[in-house]
Amino acid sequence: MEIGLVHYLSVAAVLFGLGLFTVMTRRNAVGILLGVELILNAAALNFVAFEHFVAGGVSGQVFTVFIIVLAASEAAIALAIVLTVYRNYRSIMADRLVGLKN
Amino acid sequence: MPPLSVLAFLALAGLTLGSAGVVAFSKNIIYSTLALLGTFLGIAGLYITLSADFLAATQILVYVGGTLTLILFAAMLTSRIEDMKVSNPQTGIFAAFGLVTVVLLVLGKVATMTEWPSEIRSVTPSTAKLGHAFLGEFLLPFEVASVVLLAAMIGSVVLARRAVKRAWEKG
Repeated sequence: MEIGLVHYLSVAAVLFGLGLFTVMTRRNAVGILLGVELILNAAALNFVAFEHFVAGGVSGQVFTVFIIVLAASEAAIALAIVLTVYRNYRSIMADRLVGLKN
Repeated sequence: MPPLSVLAFLALAGLTLGSAGVVAFSKNIIYSTLALLGTFLGIAGLYITLSADFLAATQILVYVGGTLTLILFAAMLTSRIEDMKVSNPQTGIFAAFGLVTVVLLVLGKVATMTEWPSEIRSVTPSTAKLGHAFLGEFLLPFEVASVVLLAAMIGSVVLARRAVKRAWEKG
């Protein structure tokens, strides 16, 4: 048995599925953010796997570095928004945040 | 006895997917956040088996050292301790199960039925090549990424600070 591209794609697909499930079912905004991180990691794993097995070179790794950079800045912004929402609503359950004003 | 690379792949994939399962199904937001640590470590190990050694180090430094700590802070600042048992409630399970099943079927079919032009390559270090790519072909995106990071830093500070009124300001 040789580990090939299909095995890595399967791991990334299951990871993406778990991330999608997390994003869809969580009510806690921080939990939704965890699901987004899972989805981004699955995409990054696919980039690196395709680069290693198909493309060669390093362009897939360059993409993954940018994914990591954008995930870090996205987490920082999202958590700042979460803290601001918590100060105003005393709750971060996504289905209770229904007002745009006050 | 399968070869060591197969064993390493299976162990890392098990670590990644097992921790991701805890992230997706745990009722406690703190457990979910801490299980994300296992997912990130497993992904870093998979990067090493794909000859992306620099990415593995970056994954641990940025995700485990930065992003995960940040998320843990937010989870502890916003979840009240007394209802920690149900701090991560779920909703709409059946719709989510349906959609995830469909997505996984499509992805699995694409991944297995397509004739990828893949070849088995040996694992070699690639950090030097990555550095040359960043300072040559990808120099402009590399510089733009620093602007993005600066904007995100300023934006999160502006969003998260409390409004401070100076003594000479009215209202």
